[in-house]
Amino acid sequence: MASSGGSALVIGSLFSWLLDPAHWSGPDGILTRLLEHLWYSVLAMVIALAIALPLGLWIGHTGRMRWLVTATNAARAVPTLGLLFAFALWLGPALRGNLAFLLPSTVVLVLLAVPPLLAGTYAGVEAVDPAARDAARGVGMTGWQVLRQVELPCALPLVMSGVRTASLQVVATATIAALIGLGGLGRLLVDGIAFGDYPQAAAGALLVAVLAVLLEGLLALLQRRLVSPGLARTRRPVGGSRNDDDAAAVEANARLPVGQGGIPGGSS
Amino acid sequence: MDWLADNWRTVLDLSLSHLYLAGVPLVVGLVLSLPLGWAAKRWRGSYPAVVTTTGLLYTIPSLALFVIMPLVLGTKILDPVNVVVAMTIYTVALLARTVADGLLSVPDHVEQAATAMGYRGLRRLFGVELPLAVPVIAAGLRVAAVSNVSIVSIASVVGVSQLGNLLVDGYRRIIWGELLTGIVATMVLALLLDLVIQTLARTLTPWRRAAGARS
Repeated sequence: MASSGGSALVIGSLFSWLLDPAHWSGPDGILTRLLEHLWYSVLAMVIALAIALPLGLWIGHTGRMRWLVTATNAARAVPTLGLLFAFALWLGPALRGNLAFLLPSTVVLVLLAVPPLLAGTYAGVEAVDPAARDAARGVGMTGWQVLRQVELPCALPLVMSGVRTASLQVVATATIAALIGLGGLGRLLVDGIAFGDYPQAAAGALLVAVLAVLLEGLLALLQRRLVSPGLARTRRPVGGSRNDDDAAAVEANARLPVGQGGIPGGSS
Repeated sequence: MDWLADNWRTVLDLSLSHLYLAGVPLVVGLVLSLPLGWAAKRWRGSYPAVVTTTGLLYTIPSLALFVIMPLVLGTKILDPVNVVVAMTIYTVALLARTVADGLLSVPDHVEQAATAMGYRGLRRLFGVELPLAVPVIAAGLRVAAVSNVSIVSIASVVGVSQLGNLLVDGYRRIIWGELLTGIVATMVLALLLDLVIQTLARTLTPWRRAAGARS
């Protein structure tokens, strides 16, 4: 693993590695790895959303089982690396072929994506102005209609920041999952380190970093499109007003890792 | 349990390295975040820039950052300095915003009262604003501490020793005792650090207890 002295030299070899067309095509080329990476990430996010979104909406709407949100948040202390290895050792031997890598990895990715999604959805619904909710009831909406037409749109900014946090977490952890044999861009990194091929490892690292930053930008844009313009102004926790009540709100926001526009918490 | 009984010395040594790799960046990151957060409050226009830049830094996955670090610093890939600097970047990414939010949470009338009593500039910052921002900063620091401890274990992949070694070795040689010890020890370390910060924050803000735990 050579990377002494001449940084410029190493950066040069990094770019010549990246610019070599042979590294882009083929079954272990950059493009295939990129598609794999996206596929694993999307798969995990879809499953996690299918679990966390209804659950978070239900907890926020009914106010029941709030402890579940606290419990999943506490799970942040578990090292992701340990979680990956434990599931690989536990589930891997019983499975064949690709599934031996894919299933344990996906389980862990889903486990990591659920807490921020759940926290964001729950906090979003919880934070809906009670006056808006009462007004909706007052005009004769049913519980379901209140949820769909008032609570969900109002909760969207926090739901989306949960989605951003979860996506970054998933993309980052999918990289590490190369250690338990999964494909994706993490392969370039992990194999590069294992074989002492630093230019390849650095190229993989650069690609993963670019992917994460692009994704964050894309989701931020998506959030701007999705969130009703009427909400965009009111949801600035620390913008203008500075009264005493804000202190508690800001503190709660810092504690919850998914504030508006997010303390991201994506890396793992 | 048998595994732990035979290897507790190793676990202790690795825990200390882990604490160092996660703790030093926490302190350095806090110190660097104070002027950044202050600037974001002082010049309100810079707040979005600070939040966006630090937010983007935090999106870079840790393994990638560890591997990129030698390019930026000119170090060798196995150098622990890479991990310390990378973790400091993550800490600043989390805390700069928190410090700004904490300082912004100090009510206007309190600042005006302090100014009227003759507190100015740095004296007002350290005597009034920062102490009042402690609860918010501490909340951010707790998130950073837990996340740092979890992230540092990945440094084993780039050959920097800490509790993550137990995870990697336990997995490669299929020793469940070692793997589970690694997971539990990491969590315990995160919990301890969290407790220390909570206690520190409570000692620094005695008026909150006197007021009867408002929040």
